Amino acid sequence: MITFSQVTKRYRGGTEALKELSFTIETGELVVLTGPSGAGKTTLLKLIAAIERPTQGSVLVHGQNVGKLTRGAVPYLRRNIGMVFQEGRLLFDRNVFENVMLPLSIIGMPHREAAKRVRAALDKVGLLSREKAMPITLSGGEQQRLAIARAIVNRPAILIADEPTGNLDADYAAQLMDMFSAFNQVGVTLVIATHHPHMAQHIKSRVLNLKAGVLQA
Amino acid sequence: MRSLLAQHRAAAALTVQRMLAAPLATLLTLSVIGIALSLPLGLYLMVDNLGRVAANTQGQPEISLFLKDNAGSATQRDIEAKLDAHEGVNEYHFVARDAALKTLSKNMGLTDAAAVLGKNPLPDAFVIVAKLADPDELEQMRKEMQTWNGVQTAKLDSDWARRLNAFLRLGRDGVWLLGALLGFALAAVGFNTIRLQVLAKRDEIEVSRLLGATDAFIRRPYLYLGTLQGLLGGLTGWLIVAGAFALINLRVAEIAGLYGMNFLLEGLALHAGLLVLVLSGLLGWAGAYLAANQHLRGGAAAI
Repeated sequence: MITFSQVTKRYRGGTEALKELSFTIETGELVVLTGPSGAGKTTLLKLIAAIERPTQGSVLVHGQNVGKLTRGAVPYLRRNIGMVFQEGRLLFDRNVFENVMLPLSIIGMPHREAAKRVRAALDKVGLLSREKAMPITLSGGEQQRLAIARAIVNRPAILIADEPTGNLDADYAAQLMDMFSAFNQVGVTLVIATHHPHMAQHIKSRVLNLKAGVLQA
Repeated sequence: MRSLLAQHRAAAALTVQRMLAAPLATLLTLSVIGIALSLPLGLYLMVDNLGRVAANTQGQPEISLFLKDNAGSATQRDIEAKLDAHEGVNEYHFVARDAALKTLSKNMGLTDAAAVLGKNPLPDAFVIVAKLADPDELEQMRKEMQTWNGVQTAKLDSDWARRLNAFLRLGRDGVWLLGALLGFALAAVGFNTIRLQVLAKRDEIEVSRLLGATDAFIRRPYLYLGTLQGLLGGLTGWLIVAGAFALINLRVAEIAGLYGMNFLLEGLALHAGLLVLVLSGLLGWAGAYLAANQHLRGGAAAI
């Protein structure tokens, strides 16, 4: 469960990205966050993963006030949150398999078990046959699917995605949204930010519409 | 526990892999560290060897009392009595002027020195072996004997040894100073190479943090790299010094042979060498820790 209460985020320089935002996302919900660029979607996602901290108000994730976490506790929060970024953020000096392996190396999972999980994750996104390929040789859609595999390999309870369909054509984008929908059906809480309103219509989801840092009715 | 071990193994493997991936850069870094270390090490060994020579030749502290020309046998007995009673004296013997001249003649190959000189120029003398070894106390004793009746000159024979010791002390201070400076340089070299590595791997570090990596996890490969670099640099320094001493010893053996001596410079002892490795490894680790932490805690990566 994710709860925002009266959350305001002001960046240095005075820009207010979010204004007194309050809402709750239940465990197992699929939420699509829409709104134009600069509406505060990315900031909202960053607050969930403690990449940014709220200026006022509180953000609770599974009952934990993530804005007040100590530096040492933040990594353990993030291990429970899968993240997919607009730019993919893949490591281009490692192959597909090693990219997906990284989150499991970080938590220190034994290699044999980790390798099984990596292959299972790659299978889910349809990249099992490309495990030896370098990311640069993959298409844009494949790179995004690789990023998703990396986000889900640790079986997080929450998956957040920032414009995951950003650079993809409509067919690919629809495919990806179906994939997210499938994860949601096995119990993962999903928060997907997109500025394509039709993406929200493609799958059955609750829509939160953000405009200039304020939720629209 | 097993997973932590596996993580350490992975970090170590990654380190070796990265060092081998840039062989020239690695070689140059190790040379810089090795040369920086070889300077104080070489100086230390030189001072150490000189100290060994000094210790061998210094012998027991001796004071020579040269008596006045007009000192008769009464004065001589008087001094003998004083020496017997003196608690700083271990043993002494009297060298009569005639005996001294004979010894001198024999040693120097001057068969008939007395005939040439007409008159024996040497004074009667006491040679005293002191119980004390402390230079200041010896000097005190010499001054005291200088005032005795019938004594022309009291001479401390360890003067040159004291001067040598003073120089050796200066040398040792120099070694520490140079060692400290170059140790600092070593940590700085470690810091800088690791900082460059960290900057080159910026993306990887950022992604790792987003995926839930702890600071310890991110630092680990860099700490390994810094430590390994320090260790190998220390080993390089050791090898440079060992090689240089092997070369110098060829000449030293030649020169010592000409003097009828059997003398070779001693290289770095095993325990000293291992200490150097431990220290250089620690300094490399410290440099890496600072570099990695500066990046992790710095404003640029506040994620």
